[in-house]
Amino acid sequence: MSTAVEPRGWAKAALHVNGWLVYIFFYAPIALLVLFSFSDNRNVGIWGGFTLDWYQDFFDSSNARGALSNSVKIAIVVTIISVILGTMSALALERFTFRGKKVFDALLYLPIIIPDVTMAVMLLLFFGEFFDLLDMLFGLQLRKGFWSITISHIAFNISFVSVIVRARLSGMNTNLEEAAVDLYASRWKAFRHVTFPQIVPGIAGGALLAMTLSLDDVVITQFVTGPGWTTLPVYVFGLIRKGVTPLINSISVIMLLASMLLVVLSLFAERARRGG
Amino acid sequence: MTAAVELKAITKKFGDVVAVDNVDLAIEDGEFFAMLGPSGCGKTTTLRMIAGLEFPTQGSLSIFGEEVGTLAPNKRSVNTVFQNYALFPHLTVLENVGFGLKMQGVDKSETRSRSMEMIELVQLEGLEDRKPSQMSGGQQQRVALARALVNQPKVLLLDEPLGALDQKLRQEMQLELKKLQRDVGISFVFVTHDQEEALTMSDRIAVMHEGKLLQVATPEEIYETPANRFVADFIGRTNLLEGTVSDSETVILTNGTPIRAHSNFAAGTRVSISIRPERAKISQQNEDGNPLSSVNGTVETITYLGNARVYGVKFTWMSLEVREENRPGIELYEPGTPITVSWDHDAISVVAD
Repeated sequence: MSTAVEPRGWAKAALHVNGWLVYIFFYAPIALLVLFSFSDNRNVGIWGGFTLDWYQDFFDSSNARGALSNSVKIAIVVTIISVILGTMSALALERFTFRGKKVFDALLYLPIIIPDVTMAVMLLLFFGEFFDLLDMLFGLQLRKGFWSITISHIAFNISFVSVIVRARLSGMNTNLEEAAVDLYASRWKAFRHVTFPQIVPGIAGGALLAMTLSLDDVVITQFVTGPGWTTLPVYVFGLIRKGVTPLINSISVIMLLASMLLVVLSLFAERARRGG
Repeated sequence: MTAAVELKAITKKFGDVVAVDNVDLAIEDGEFFAMLGPSGCGKTTTLRMIAGLEFPTQGSLSIFGEEVGTLAPNKRSVNTVFQNYALFPHLTVLENVGFGLKMQGVDKSETRSRSMEMIELVQLEGLEDRKPSQMSGGQQQRVALARALVNQPKVLLLDEPLGALDQKLRQEMQLELKKLQRDVGISFVFVTHDQEEALTMSDRIAVMHEGKLLQVATPEEIYETPANRFVADFIGRTNLLEGTVSDSETVILTNGTPIRAHSNFAAGTRVSISIRPERAKISQQNEDGNPLSSVNGTVETITYLGNARVYGVKFTWMSLEVREENRPGIELYEPGTPITVSWDHDAISVVAD
């Protein structure tokens, strides 16, 4: 039996209204975006009848498609590397004691706290100096592009992945690993057969977050990008400066669908794992 | 015969804390062996050292003559039933039970048949496809047992195996564990803080306190002739009367009363006399009792237990507990009644402080 006190009278009504207001606040902009992406009018905010032209435009524009493919390529590499490094650091912090652990722990959270702009300027400076150094030492002529963006994204995503995986690890009974080792598993097998399956939801969550953060980062990417490596959000940002058309709406809807797909996939994966 | 497990001068320190202090212990093959003590006494650390989950700081630890002090747990032929079982939540019962065999590289069909056999032995047939979270505490306990025993360990270690079960189930499992141990024939070493559990189940008990091994003996010996005051007090209920040894047959209590009690301590040693509540008899006060094995007092409290009554008896200088079985026709004593508490001189024991 529930012991919670049900609100009554005007309080109940007000709470209902509040609930609806929150949902409208969340979803009305999304609904408007989707609606106007089908609008046959060059003005973003004026309804001009139904059309799919803007989606057609997107797929016809080689710039837009190029930006999308850049974004996806970067996001995939970023996700893989930051999940591996983030999970490893989570394991190190949660399971082992070593010199300088507290300092390492604190430093790991820094990228989450530092403002994007600061991080962007830092990275810009870093790549400038780093490339100059390489040029001086080895005569390497490097330019910003895929790897500078990817490394920058990994730099802040490790922290996010690590935080999520750690939460999962700390909730896991350490007895389980001991039991595995007691049952003749080597350390590696204990990780593969016991620890890893236990933290998979955390790793999946971290991967999803890393991918999303990489896909929609504008500020940092804009600072460290190079010729030919415009990502989709940076491209959209550029479009706005030239004059806004509903093409932006259609691109946004596509990005929205992609991220929703990722979320739904992760939910299904989790359910399949639990349901057995 | 080589001992199943042998500890020689084993010490374990965590930083400056001495968890296990210079323990010598030999556990025979086929023995149901209990390690008993209050929490923090070092019993679990000792068990974990046998399992290989902790390494001793000093000393020698061997399993069937083979030195294993710092051998990794996956290289030892012992298996553990963990406190709260530590079943793998993402695996089914069958996969849990087969885990050890799989890790050892036993082929799939043999793993399956041996696991099924073990699942039958612990009476869980039909539940092999369940996940641990879909089972009751008692069933999880059986899975943990099967998961350990399927590997045919030379010694089975159990860490507070019945701690998470309710009273009734615990008593059933006590008998079942005992039966299981007789069936498989290997030694079971189990850690418990429950003295009743240790007395009921074990062939021998090791009592530990503050990292030290106080006594290793059969339940009878531990109960009848405890090695010291702590053991006497920890195992069962007892009355402890402080005094000094006068000669091999007499102890002078602190108030000067001489009591007949056999001991091998030197005259002048400070000791306690342990009188178990059920060993003492209560009767109407009279003067013809032996003054060397009785005292006069007054009933102060009565605790009704159903199957027995426990009288709290007050003397001028101390108080005693006397337990009387609730048999038909026994005489009842009201609080305030003057009575005599007496005992057979050989039913009490003298313990060092």
